Amino acid sequence: MVDAGFIASLLASSIRAGTPLLYATLGETLTERSGILNLGIEGIMITGAFTGFAVSILTGNPWLGVLFAGFAGMALAFIHAFFSITLKANQPITGLMIVLLGLGITGFFGRSYIGEVAVYINPIHIPYLSSLPYVGEILFTHDPLAYIAVILAAVLWFLLFKTRYGLEIIAAGENPEAADSVGVDVDRIRYISTLIGGFLVGIGGAYLSLAYAKLWTEGMTAGRGWICLALVIFSGWMPQRAVLGAYLFGGLDVLSFKLQATGVGISYHLMRMVPYVVTIVVLLFSVIRKRAAFGAPASLGVPYIRGRKQ
Amino acid sequence: MKAKFLVLIILAVLAAGLLAGCAGEEGKQVTTPATTPEEKKEIKAAFVYVSPIGDAGWTYMHDQGRQFIEKKYGIKTAYTENVAEGGDDERVIREYAEQGYDVIFTTSFGFMDATITVAKDFPDTIFEHCSGYKTAENVGTYFGRMYQARYLTGIVAGAMTKTNKIGYVAAHPIPEVIRGINAFALGVKKVNPEAKVYVVWTGTWYDPAKEKEAAISLLDEGCDVIAQHQDSPAAQQAAEERGAYSIGYHSDMSKFAPNAHLTAAVWNWSVIYSYIIEQVMQGTWKSEEIWWGIDRGVVGIAPFNDAVPEDVRKMVEEEKEKYLSGEVAEQYPFVGPIYDQQGNLVKAEGEVMTDEELLSMNFFVDNVVGEIPAASE
Repeated sequence: MVDAGFIASLLASSIRAGTPLLYATLGETLTERSGILNLGIEGIMITGAFTGFAVSILTGNPWLGVLFAGFAGMALAFIHAFFSITLKANQPITGLMIVLLGLGITGFFGRSYIGEVAVYINPIHIPYLSSLPYVGEILFTHDPLAYIAVILAAVLWFLLFKTRYGLEIIAAGENPEAADSVGVDVDRIRYISTLIGGFLVGIGGAYLSLAYAKLWTEGMTAGRGWICLALVIFSGWMPQRAVLGAYLFGGLDVLSFKLQATGVGISYHLMRMVPYVVTIVVLLFSVIRKRAAFGAPASLGVPYIRGRKQ
Repeated sequence: MKAKFLVLIILAVLAAGLLAGCAGEEGKQVTTPATTPEEKKEIKAAFVYVSPIGDAGWTYMHDQGRQFIEKKYGIKTAYTENVAEGGDDERVIREYAEQGYDVIFTTSFGFMDATITVAKDFPDTIFEHCSGYKTAENVGTYFGRMYQARYLTGIVAGAMTKTNKIGYVAAHPIPEVIRGINAFALGVKKVNPEAKVYVVWTGTWYDPAKEKEAAISLLDEGCDVIAQHQDSPAAQQAAEERGAYSIGYHSDMSKFAPNAHLTAAVWNWSVIYSYIIEQVMQGTWKSEEIWWGIDRGVVGIAPFNDAVPEDVRKMVEEEKEKYLSGEVAEQYPFVGPIYDQQGNLVKAEGEVMTDEELLSMNFFVDNVVGEIPAASE
């Protein structure tokens, strides 16, 4: 029952299910690295899902849909950035407001798009490579957005850990006073990180409606935004680990379906708990091992006000 | 600092207003068609929905029924969608009762206790609860024998499968869903004793991405027909993309999978709603436990795909005719011999399962592959 073919199709499904999570996790990682906690992922994702779907219908071009989904995500992220950076408001509360705002707006404007059929982004079977046994199915049968997500993770890793910009972003999240004292514009860095983060989360939503489920309906993100918040913690704010985490979390969902389909009795209640249990374990680790490998940015969620001791 | 604080307040108010605006717009819509002033008593009916109306699922079909009676009887109706079970439900139901609605339909199993509670305080208001088992002087229940339509669609699936593996994407392990799976499997067995029905539980009523992935898992295991007990058409789309067949549920889902969609087990609530409204208008309403089937038209099947051959259509029609003519009991196909997965005889030859047994069903028949998880949710 559980043979190489099973494992190949499981891994291929994990990548599909993990890709929307990966976009949102990468976006939130960037945002949180700069010190801004944006709890609004669920709201931004659903807005991206709707905007992408609607623009794809209106223009007939799903890629424009993806682009505008990013812009919509950016717009919501801007609200969050304005409140938490310029107004120094309470970040968790603003984030929750973004969730409600996103779900409300898309529920309202999305009504007339429910049941419509858009132009979708379809998988590409890469010639020759996709016909390789097993490996072909796992790696070379996905849609372009799935590949872009992995490239993006690499780019983000490079940006954060190998460039001066990355250093500034991390400094803004770890110790904004010190960053400020050496001439880093903390607010500007945080704004840019939050906006680009929102852009990526929006694309994660568009992936759901345009490439994965291929339909639009109210509340279709079904809690994935919250999973991504756990994923950021799970991956220890590292883009490279986010890839692993997203595919793992996606795969755990799929695994329960796969096992059931082969007739293996498995409690799906239990399977659904696993990602969260793993996250709690990782959190525990981060406490034990201090912040060496798993820790949050030290000033995450703390508004930076020049001249005030934090 | 003061200016910033002001801006903050203004923005907060704006945001709150926007939210409230959205909630108000979608939360409650009261439509008032023209009614003749001569009418002695104007009937007002309210509907409480568990989910957004959506495009093809459970609440969508109830809303079709609502629109039907509004047009047919020219009565005033109102609805609130997306009402949480065990959360806002009691408040929403109570508000309708306070506003003087004559009959209040609560269309989800989880509204049962809230309906009964509010009904105690409003003895002159009529309450109708869908799919529950608690009644009162002023509370009736209604439901449809969907398993009859499931059985007919099972015949189609059994006749069309080539791999003898049929997939079934199911929501939660409750008797209603299990009953549907078993009826479907009995339909499959009727025409194809070799075929098996593979069940995958998603643990969700409404998560299109997961439902699709569950369907793909079944397709990967060689299933070539996919049935579903879900609100979204995602499983249909998975079958369409893979060039397999599918059986819809709730409504005709052929729009989402024009090639795959063979037929669907569909609801038609307008039959029951019309009956109840007429009783209310005539003043003859009394608390009933309505559980109607295909003979009254509450459930049925969607038009066949061109791919379904003539002999299969005929077979389905013949089986359907048995219900209409009364040749078989309402409980059919739950008539012995019925075996469970372990091969135990559950009902002997000719024995008919009682309604009680149907309503508490918690086993799979012998051609179903899969397990019923402990019903912890």
